[in-house]
Amino acid sequence: MEFITQHPVLVVSLGKIAVLLFVIMTVLAYLSWFERKVIAHIQSRWGPYYVGAHGLLQPLADGIKFLFKEDLTPPVADRLVFTLAPFLALALALTAIALIPFGPPMQLLGQQVFVVSNSEIGLLFLFAITSIGVYGIVLAGWSSNSKYALLGGLRSSAQMISYEVSLTLSVVGVLLLAGTLNFNGIIAGQQGYWWHLIPRWHIFPQIIGFFCYLTAAIAETNRVPFDLPEAETELVAGFHTEYSSFKFAMFFMAEYANMITVSCLATILFFGGWLSPFPDRWTWQLFLPGAALLATGVYTAFDTVAQMRGLKRLQMTIVTLLALGIGSLCLIPVVAHVIQGPFWFSVKVFLFMFFYVWIRATLPRFRYDQLMSFGWKLLLPVSLANLVGTAAWFVWGWMRHG
Amino acid sequence: MFSEFIDRRAPGRYYISALNMDSSYLDIYAPLLLMFILAAGLAGVLVAASTLVGRHKHTREKDQPYECGITPTGDARAPFSVHFYLVALIFILFDIEAIFLYPWALVYHELKVFGFVEMMLYIMILLVGYIFLWKKGALDWS
Repeated sequence: MEFITQHPVLVVSLGKIAVLLFVIMTVLAYLSWFERKVIAHIQSRWGPYYVGAHGLLQPLADGIKFLFKEDLTPPVADRLVFTLAPFLALALALTAIALIPFGPPMQLLGQQVFVVSNSEIGLLFLFAITSIGVYGIVLAGWSSNSKYALLGGLRSSAQMISYEVSLTLSVVGVLLLAGTLNFNGIIAGQQGYWWHLIPRWHIFPQIIGFFCYLTAAIAETNRVPFDLPEAETELVAGFHTEYSSFKFAMFFMAEYANMITVSCLATILFFGGWLSPFPDRWTWQLFLPGAALLATGVYTAFDTVAQMRGLKRLQMTIVTLLALGIGSLCLIPVVAHVIQGPFWFSVKVFLFMFFYVWIRATLPRFRYDQLMSFGWKLLLPVSLANLVGTAAWFVWGWMRHG
Repeated sequence: MFSEFIDRRAPGRYYISALNMDSSYLDIYAPLLLMFILAAGLAGVLVAASTLVGRHKHTREKDQPYECGITPTGDARAPFSVHFYLVALIFILFDIEAIFLYPWALVYHELKVFGFVEMMLYIMILLVGYIFLWKKGALDWS
């Protein structure tokens, strides 16, 4: 008891973690809706439509359906490992998010507001946690005792470790520029502007590193065009062929959580994290979050009146009122100041998520030999060359200025 | 706004000094442990719910491993290509290289040209191994 009163950080972080987990689970659920909707519209379909207005209650319906489906464990499977695999995948994918700072290092009563764990070696720790995540897939593939699952698990683990090398190498260039592994430090190093206009984000000096990171990150999260482990035309569903019910859903939640982590990392390392893309002197940007939400509210209001009938009209009215209410709340100067960091951070992460979905709707899948040789023969040398080039650029600077 | 976090020792570079921050290890890593416990709890609840809720009715067909409706032949725990093992070995080699690069990148602005030359030598040695692997065909997948 005394231990807890001496360390209020435990109680405070319990609250922060509860909020974070709630938000993340909601985002994971609605990411599936978002992905289906965007892909549908790219392919000239409507996507989720019937459950709730614009299919907005579809994730809820999916969740309930998953829960009440029969959970089948094959008798030939290794029971313990079979249960452990989805547990490990989801638990580790969620834990990694604790290291992400969603806003500036703002302190309230001596406690960090926007980050659960502001580790000095944040980047290293995050890579450590996410690289254990591969165990979930290997164990799932092995324990199912099914040929498809085994092949999928093997392919997936080989792919993930191949691209992990390029992933870790591609960010060393950023580390050379930032000189720290702490996320808030990396972001703080990207403050300022070139010619008072272009933000000094690492994306501009590290454009090659960024593309290496992006490719490796998509491969790490097993997404199209690198979704070989679940190439349905050859391997049915890959490592989760034998999974059903919520255990199956957990692999998807872990995949989405990993996508979020990787997008957050790209935002932090290359796109200035919670920094605004506009110069500080443009003070009107303070009211952008509120204005954006109000505009959304006005749009949904028109949509409600023009399109929706019955229960769906009620749902959209609630959405409209929420958008208008939170939007006007964000116009209060104090709230506007606090909301700036999280707003820009989520906008950037959202753009990355959209990019993920866009790629999935656009690109065909690699062949496995192409995938492996792309990772080892192109991505690895290029990210290494980028790192050497960055280091040499510094040497050139020292030679000139002494 | 962030001036208290930033220590401008090297011109034009930003350093976060570990000494200036209130870095009690408990304050930083206890929340991380807490997060893991809660995330694991959530995942555990989901696994348990998946096992408890919903009906369970075994039939002979349902209990077979899924092989597109064809009766499965033989065990799935068959030997697989040794190439996967080779990839794992190469991965360890290059991931250790990456791990050595991380601390080097952090102190690069203090080591200056010395650090650059040393690391280039190190990378060169690994590059020889990389070229050897390439020529041997260890990176080909056929």
